[in-house]
Amino acid sequence: MKKWIRNILAAAAVLLSVPAFASGQSEGQETLDVKTMLFEHIGDSYQWHITRIGDRDISVPLPVIVRSKATGWHCFLSSRLEDGPYEGLYCAEGGKYDGKIVEKDASGNEVRPFDISITKNVLGLMINAVILVVLVLCCSRWYRRHDVLKEAPGGVAAVLEPVIEMVNEDVIKGSIPERLSSRFAPYLLTVFFFVLINNLMGIVPIFPGGANITGNIAVTFVLALFTFLAVNLFANRHYWKDIFWPDVPWWLKVPVPLIPFTEFIGIFTKPFALMIRLFANILAGHAIILSFVFIIFITVKMGPVLNGTMTVVSVLFGVFMDCIELLVAFIQAYVFTMLSAVFIGLAHEEPEAEGSDK
Amino acid sequence: MPDSGLLFWMVLIFAIVFAILAKWGFPVVTSMIDKRKEYIAHSLELAKEADDKMANMMKEQARIIAEARSEQNRILKEAAEARNNIIRQAQDQARDEAAKLISEAKVQIQAEKESAMSEIRSQVAMLSVNVAEKVIRRTLSADRAQMDLIEKLVDESSRIEKANN
Repeated sequence: MKKWIRNILAAAAVLLSVPAFASGQSEGQETLDVKTMLFEHIGDSYQWHITRIGDRDISVPLPVIVRSKATGWHCFLSSRLEDGPYEGLYCAEGGKYDGKIVEKDASGNEVRPFDISITKNVLGLMINAVILVVLVLCCSRWYRRHDVLKEAPGGVAAVLEPVIEMVNEDVIKGSIPERLSSRFAPYLLTVFFFVLINNLMGIVPIFPGGANITGNIAVTFVLALFTFLAVNLFANRHYWKDIFWPDVPWWLKVPVPLIPFTEFIGIFTKPFALMIRLFANILAGHAIILSFVFIIFITVKMGPVLNGTMTVVSVLFGVFMDCIELLVAFIQAYVFTMLSAVFIGLAHEEPEAEGSDK
Repeated sequence: MPDSGLLFWMVLIFAIVFAILAKWGFPVVTSMIDKRKEYIAHSLELAKEADDKMANMMKEQARIIAEARSEQNRILKEAAEARNNIIRQAQDQARDEAAKLISEAKVQIQAEKESAMSEIRSQVAMLSVNVAEKVIRRTLSADRAQMDLIEKLVDESSRIEKANN
């Protein structure tokens, strides 16, 4: 077994260092802007760049949908932008709107039109949403078509059922009072699977996957916003009373509402923490894996021996990080769901029995 | 900063996904899982009940067997008693019958004996008469004492005769 692993490693080292030799000799002078490349990969863009063969970029052009104050709606494929401005719109380079579509207003300043283009992240979201809906509907169709009391689940249902049951039983029913848990279960399950599928698809390196969706603050912001609404729109009286008139000594709340103020801030910090946690974890995961890949290209200049060694090392660490990311993808989806469930559960807590809060 | 376009699409996509899954997706699955869980719990309960019933039945069975055995013993005892009774009765009856037969035989024997006695007596009388006749014929001429004796004999004989008639 160990011999087998060693052989694979040796083969990988030889194979991986060959292109290093080749490229090291031909374009050793080219400098590598790692930072820009990194942010290109984890950021959003108007086309889905797949790879580059020779001098040709292979990318999926995506529709640009913008509304300019001056010229109204524009809708075209992003491939039109490759050869300079199109309909007065162009991709800004540097400055405030770096990489975004801008236009020039009357006084010659760059302004951003209202932009709802289908970008890489939006398309990724759509693809993942479709995958998720198809999977879950396949699962629910199985339950519609089969007698659950007579058959064990098969196909997609067999895969999804244990996960759904785990989230439903452990996370949702464990945090939300029994009578309300079925009301919030669809939302929390949707959040869990939505985050999970986007995390997992983010790890897949090529086209349908690879978009850094849950590592984008807009996406996690919307998720946290939905949780914020789910918590606060359905909260009971006790929850609001606990915020504005908590059971603390009177001087902590009468002249200066110290505790009510902190409690009120807490309403916003809870979903804010959800947003940042998911965003930062996924972004960091992508950044680390990409950094390991970049090591290969950075070390090209240091000569074939070092480059070959570092290639092997970075591939090994990349594999390791990918495994960690698989774990993180699940854990972050789980944590997001669990904390959402806990917050919702807290908003439905009943006041303690009379006399026990003395 | 979150990008406005991405925010817009994310809200839209998430809302649509949520609407679809909340309507046709997860509730179906979770309700089915709950249904099955209930069914399993119910089945387990039924199995437990059946087990209890089984145990009760076993107990009942043992009780019935014990009862049957005691009944059997009782019947056997009764039968033995009845047999003994019958034998005793038969014995009693036989004894009574025998006693009756014996007493009848005794009466008969008595009667026989009596008739035999009377016959013997008459024969003896005849013999004695004959003997007396012979004696008389031979010694009629004798003395007075003899004459008394004869008279006495005749007297006795006649008395016997009288008694016999």
